[in-house]
Amino acid sequence: MSLLVLDRLSAGIPGKPILKGINLRVNAGEVHAIMGPNGSGKSTLAQVLAGRPEYEITGGTARYDGKDLLAMSPEERAREGVFLAFQYPVELPGVNGPYFLKAALNAIRKHRGLEPLDAMDFLGFIQEKMKVLELDASLLNRSVNEGFSGGEKKRNEIFQMAVLEPKLAILDETDSGLDIDALKVVAAGVNQLRSPDQAQLVITHYQRLLNYLVPDYVHVLFDGRLVKSGGPELALELEERGYDWITKPAAVSPELVTA
Amino acid sequence: MSAATDIIEQFVTTEYQYGFVTDVEVDTVPAGLNEGVIRLLSSKKNEPEFMLEWRLRAYRHWLTMKEPQWANIHHLPIDYQAISYYSAPKSQSSQPKSLAEVEPELLKTYQKLGIPLREQERLAGVAVDAVFDSVSVATTFRAQLAKLGILFCSFSEAVREHPELVRKHLGSVVPYRDNFFAALNAAVFSDGSFCYIPAGVRCPMELSTYFRINAANTGQFERTLIVAEPGSYVSYLEGCTAPMRDTNQLHAAVVELVALDNAEIKYSTVQNWYPGDKEGRGGIYNFVTKRGLAKGVNSKISWTQVETGSAITWKYPSVILQGDNSTGEFYSVAVTNNYQQADTGAKMIHLGKNTRSTIVSKGISAGHGQNSYRGLVKILKSAGGARNFSRCDSLLLGNQCGAHTFPYLEVKNPTAQVEHEACTSKIGEDQIFYFNQRGISTQDAVNMIVNGYCKDVFRHLPMEFAVEAQKLLGVSLEGSVG
Repeated sequence: MSLLVLDRLSAGIPGKPILKGINLRVNAGEVHAIMGPNGSGKSTLAQVLAGRPEYEITGGTARYDGKDLLAMSPEERAREGVFLAFQYPVELPGVNGPYFLKAALNAIRKHRGLEPLDAMDFLGFIQEKMKVLELDASLLNRSVNEGFSGGEKKRNEIFQMAVLEPKLAILDETDSGLDIDALKVVAAGVNQLRSPDQAQLVITHYQRLLNYLVPDYVHVLFDGRLVKSGGPELALELEERGYDWITKPAAVSPELVTA
Repeated sequence: MSAATDIIEQFVTTEYQYGFVTDVEVDTVPAGLNEGVIRLLSSKKNEPEFMLEWRLRAYRHWLTMKEPQWANIHHLPIDYQAISYYSAPKSQSSQPKSLAEVEPELLKTYQKLGIPLREQERLAGVAVDAVFDSVSVATTFRAQLAKLGILFCSFSEAVREHPELVRKHLGSVVPYRDNFFAALNAAVFSDGSFCYIPAGVRCPMELSTYFRINAANTGQFERTLIVAEPGSYVSYLEGCTAPMRDTNQLHAAVVELVALDNAEIKYSTVQNWYPGDKEGRGGIYNFVTKRGLAKGVNSKISWTQVETGSAITWKYPSVILQGDNSTGEFYSVAVTNNYQQADTGAKMIHLGKNTRSTIVSKGISAGHGQNSYRGLVKILKSAGGARNFSRCDSLLLGNQCGAHTFPYLEVKNPTAQVEHEACTSKIGEDQIFYFNQRGISTQDAVNMIVNGYCKDVFRHLPMEFAVEAQKLLGVSLEGSVG
């Protein structure tokens, strides 16, 4: 069974359609990259799947793990295993990092019928995960994301993902703002999480990240629609030729294609 | 309106948990205030002549005063003749000598409030003076404290048994002329707590007073006096609740603290008077004067307060830093929800050299609540090298509430250093979404943000109180965010 099935999913903010009928099928164990020029709707897709209340669903369906994703609240989606690594992680002044993460992990565990982890077990658990991401322990003693550099914030997102072990991980431009070394560390962390039970939706503007996170499928999102799909070679082609050859109106016009 | 705002709205709507009424036979003086009432009150308490005279002087002075109008609060005029100035359970008129003689109904009341007086006697750690309407019901741990020379009893008892101490310190920090409500309190105060820590003694347990208003249409006017002799230390806690009633009730208390050379007094309050209902009906009008005199060199007075109750809070705990090198501190969390109004802050008056003061005020407004910080930092010419640091933050939950800041600075000595920081924040919808996306409910998210915001204050509370305060905050803001 597919983990995520989007059927003509349309969404936007009031008065402005952004996603105009997305069809996508993601199976467990797969990595899908969503690429596209700025303003094509990539981040909107990520936010809509996570349930951000500002977006309005105007049509279509989204099924996740056999359930109606759109009927679930954002926290239910998270507890069911949907994780969004934010493009711009939010600062939570005064909210202690481990405390936050423990609350999140235990909310998810409770939903799955597991006992909550106590402080000692939790600490042991996260120390393991921190090593993988070469995360500085001092980050943990600070408020969530407060005063973190751009790179630290992104790394912290992937660290949270490692701790929460989602079934569907959506990475929204996780590569932006990372230097090449940080990018390698983050990618290594993400790759470690790959498993036959887990799927990843990697949203990126550049091909660079995909050298390290090799996708099974690459899709091009343009003007709210997935206009082209292919294997990893498509990303390389985009790197070389840019988006114009796909996004120019002529290229997507069916009349011209059939002509 | 967004979903986040809805949740903020819901977050503030939990019922008050302490709104029950205890059914006991009471001795209540008819409503109204005149010299006859004051004489009657004084005679019911078998007070010495000097007390009665002081009360009458205060009353006569009060008649010449007007209710202050400068605070950022709005209420219907208070009819001082419609209030009863004394109400006490009849069973207390015989002045029970021990808990065994206290009426069971009263003990049950404190049990329900989470203050089991009998068990409290066996639990080490906190000594309690329980004040019910106008009288003190019981004071625990007295014998153990007496061995160290510590006096901890009801104010009425102190007046009868230690008149010399009361006479020396009463009104020395808050004279009856101080303000309208302090004058009223001096004239009619009924009971309260008295603590005296002798020189060099470190009080081994927390002392606390639990104030309960029960009777309808009465005012509560308690008075607390704490004297710390040279080199002594005491930590004192105060808690308060009242039944839910549709009418407003007046509470006008006075607290005086005196710290001599090298002495330290830590005073913590968790104020949870009935705040009124969601439409703003009923609730306590809380007009309180709290002041400490850091009289001796190196003395220290610190106020920590968590204010979640009352329809109106009007209170400015102060420290007069008279002794050289003395320290004054104020840490406050004040919550206004529904139609609550708070005009509260601190005053730090620097007289001595190298005196230090700190003010950390955290206001939280939700619903239609209005929260004002009003503070004064005054550094007199004599206070060379004085320093103050003030931080006044406001957190808004929802978009119908208000936060206001009125800081006053008067600096007369050029060597003084004064710092003031202020910041207003809102819980952002993007913050709530971030929590939600990690599986955390909105209610828990708001609790975590609010607790994080308040942690600089909570860490100054004694441990058990800090836990209590966090819970209380959760309850009083429940349903207020979304």
